[in-house]
Amino acid sequence: MTDTVQRPTASLTRKDFVSNQEVRWCPGCGDYSILAQMQKVLPELGIPREKIVFISGIGCSSRFPYYMNTYGIHSIHGRAPTLATGLACVHPDLSIWVVTGDGDGLSIGGNHLLHCLRRNVDINILLFNNRIYGLTKGQYSPTSRPGHKTKSSPMGTIEQSFNSLSVALGAEGTFVARAVDVHTKQLAYVLKRAAEHKGTSFVEICQTCIVFNPHEWDYVTDADVKDDSTLMLEHGQPMIFGKNHDKGIRLNGLKPEVVSLGSGVTEANLLVHDEFAEDPTLAHLLSRMGPPNFPTPVGIFRCVEKPTYSELMLGQVEEMTRQRGAGDLVKLYRQADIWVVNEASEGNGR
Amino acid sequence: MSDLVGVVPSPGKQPVDSILEEVDTVAVRFAGDSGDGMQLTGTQFTNASAVLGNDVSTLPDFPAEIRAPAGTLAGVSGFQVSISSHDIYTPGDAPQVLVAMNPAALKANLPDLEPEGTIIVNSDNFTPPNLKKAGYDSNPVEDDSLRGHQVIAVPISTLNRNALEDIEGLSNKEKDRCQNFFALGLTFWMYDRTLDTTLKWIQEKFERRPEVAEANARALKAGYHYGETTEAFRHRCRVPRMTVQPGTYRKLTGNEAMALGLVTAARRAGQTLFYGSYPITPASDILHELAAMKNFDVRTFQAEDEIAAMGAVIGAAFGGAFAVTGTSGPGICLKSEAMNLAVALELPMVIIDVQRGGPSTGLPTKTEQTDLLQVMFGRNGESPMPVLAPCAPADCFTMAIEAFRLAVRAMHPVVVLSDGYLANSSEPWRIPDPEELPAIEVRHRTDPEGFFPYIRDEETLARPWVLPGTPGLEHRIGGLGKQDVTGYVSYDPQDHEHMVKIQAEKVARLANAIPEQPVFGPEKGDLLVVGWGSTFGAIRSAVMDAQSAGKSVAHAHIRYLNPFPRNLGEVLSRYRQVLVAEMNLGQLAMLLNVRYARRVTQLNKVQGRPFKIAEILRKINEIVR
Ligand code: SF4
Repeated sequence: MTDTVQRPTASLTRKDFVSNQEVRWCPGCGDYSILAQMQKVLPELGIPREKIVFISGIGCSSRFPYYMNTYGIHSIHGRAPTLATGLACVHPDLSIWVVTGDGDGLSIGGNHLLHCLRRNVDINILLFNNRIYGLTKGQYSPTSRPGHKTKSSPMGTIEQSFNSLSVALGAEGTFVARAVDVHTKQLAYVLKRAAEHKGTSFVEICQTCIVFNPHEWDYVTDADVKDDSTLMLEHGQPMIFGKNHDKGIRLNGLKPEVVSLGSGVTEANLLVHDEFAEDPTLAHLLSRMGPPNFPTPVGIFRCVEKPTYSELMLGQVEEMTRQRGAGDLVKLYRQADIWVVNEASEGNGR
Repeated sequence: MSDLVGVVPSPGKQPVDSILEEVDTVAVRFAGDSGDGMQLTGTQFTNASAVLGNDVSTLPDFPAEIRAPAGTLAGVSGFQVSISSHDIYTPGDAPQVLVAMNPAALKANLPDLEPEGTIIVNSDNFTPPNLKKAGYDSNPVEDDSLRGHQVIAVPISTLNRNALEDIEGLSNKEKDRCQNFFALGLTFWMYDRTLDTTLKWIQEKFERRPEVAEANARALKAGYHYGETTEAFRHRCRVPRMTVQPGTYRKLTGNEAMALGLVTAARRAGQTLFYGSYPITPASDILHELAAMKNFDVRTFQAEDEIAAMGAVIGAAFGGAFAVTGTSGPGICLKSEAMNLAVALELPMVIIDVQRGGPSTGLPTKTEQTDLLQVMFGRNGESPMPVLAPCAPADCFTMAIEAFRLAVRAMHPVVVLSDGYLANSSEPWRIPDPEELPAIEVRHRTDPEGFFPYIRDEETLARPWVLPGTPGLEHRIGGLGKQDVTGYVSYDPQDHEHMVKIQAEKVARLANAIPEQPVFGPEKGDLLVVGWGSTFGAIRSAVMDAQSAGKSVAHAHIRYLNPFPRNLGEVLSRYRQVLVAEMNLGQLAMLLNVRYARRVTQLNKVQGRPFKIAEILRKINEIVR
């Protein structure tokens, strides 16, 4: 697949990122909105199109690279982070995006996701969380709520679900964020910030699978309730939410609690968000919040600077080169006990 | 002997007159507890002999457990080395000398010893508890059970302690750890080796701990001197230097050779070498070697698992690096899925399988050739895989370069089948001039004009290798069914069959790029012995023996297993019978049967150990009377 339209970076538009492939998600799928935001955000980043690579695994979300007119690999189930890691090691100048889902990223590919985060490989991971297996037609996923009735769990699942943000933070993620497919502005903002972050950016996108799990995210998407059930995180700001901006999060000992502003509670009593906190405790605390007792935080939970994997890898290459000089094969072959045979002779040869 | 002045191993004794006999070839096995340093002892004996101009061939044999209980059969570690004044291809069928540091080492290795072979034991370790641990009811050195062998009981522990008595700053335990060098010194006396190589090694190795260097050097000299002054060692042997092609030589193992070959291929092509791997016996040494070569623009990645290692290699290959992974059979099982993706993506990379005993975890430290059919066919769908097999430790160097040459030519993954024996055994290697080695030409397409990701070269059928970052060539590739040329996702029946066929044809066409199958021996005749991989040495030696006995026997060793050399079918047809010897139940035999409809006789061994020359010779003699 190729589209050979070439434009200078400055004048790239959304269209430059649209491939010639027909998009084949179900009508109404949340993936459309994510694709549109991605194609809108990329021209704004100032990265030449040829420097952008999308890598995916298997699942509905993993069709994403086919629809992006950039470099791309549609790989195998759960393994996209591994390909991205290898590519980042040899091409640290690329903007590499991994598109995955809750099954691809947290079930079959869970191990790779963890280690990619831990290593802080300079890539951006978008995990489309619809809490269901869509492509295989409706089995429960590792993020399905306990008790969720699906084709493979007619009596409800008996499994504890993963909290993907807690997992990412537990794996030492340096950039951890959440966005919602239909909150386009906020999604665009998070995508941009993810792109700018050096190291692994992990973004969970609450995505509606209209066919197999249509109401999963109603509480964060429905206009009527969303303001009361989501908390928009803003760095340096007190945590206030609610349609009337009258509710907040206060820390009571080690536990957060929802309080109403007024009647003695002021903004000064509220928890203030700090994306850049070196210690992940606050981010972790936020990642545990959600229904029924808490609003669902949306935005950037954590954004800290640490050396990336390829920086450290190349640093060692340079360090050894400085110590020993650029590799010389002649010398390398002789790094052993050597002996010289002078006189020509018949021998059996070898 | 001036360097030995001052060492008094057994007070009051004077050097005895000794007889020095010239022999052609000798094989010695050092055996002890895995903590006794037998690998090191054997390596030092090998190095000293190589430097003296002998051909050498080694076979280490160590337990899978790092520290099995001391004194038990499970914990026995051995190292066999054969030294010769002419070309040798194996470490010898049966050693003439066994150095056994304890009863378990004796028990485990005695069956391999030559019927009249010499046994040197550390008699200090033949105590009742040790005898019991090894399962001996009585002391074999004292009862009559070793009859036929020359048994020399040496109180190595005591003599070693005495020799090191006045060294300050070392505990008795540390002094005892020099016992292996005492034993080594003794064998140096027996085979008239100079101590220089090992003394130099000791000085370098223990530069920072002079007292340890001193202790090891003294133990070595004490062992040598003990031989000199003891009646039992009057009879000595010397293996004269062999006549070889002039040049600079070193010794190297298959794993070392593999690492050197990989880095050479990448350097000669001016590319980054990316090695993604997960630790696994017996392949890990390749990772260790390469991790220490970062100044050659080598990037090593120790992945979280075998799957990730293979995935990362694909990513690196997509990025234009010379990408390679190394593993063993159990790792190939895990990598198969990603290897299949590599076939579908048509990207060049190398997969090294250092085979070991299977199935499952099997025999991690033992050798076998049981992954041939796995790498050929062990993937879903029609997934053709080129397969190469080096035949000797140094050949791993050549075949690593070959693998990259073919991978780049066809834009396809290539498997190299090594095995535990090749990986760990060593042989002398005439150091080449890197400038004279083939440079692999790499072309990354940059021209957008008429570009499609699966547009093919007419001759090789390879698709273009495009680096991400190249403007105007943005494209997507994937594991889904696709149309040729455009690479568009397609489930069309015709597109699919065309793609399957063209990939098969692409791999088949590599036959045009590899040498024809050479034959050693008569061009036609009674019997052709066919082998692949590490069985080369044993087969070649057996065939040479049969030829000297006047038999019409030839040897063809196949280093290119897929595709086969283009003349192979014709070669097989020139002999009345074909014998395929391999360390499995007949995997190459099956491929030959299917491909050439050629009935073959099989010789199979699946014991985790290489063939002995005699085993192959016996079979040859059965067939050609
Ligand atoms: S199955 Fe669900 S997730 Fe998949 S495309 Fe359809 S709506 Fe989207």
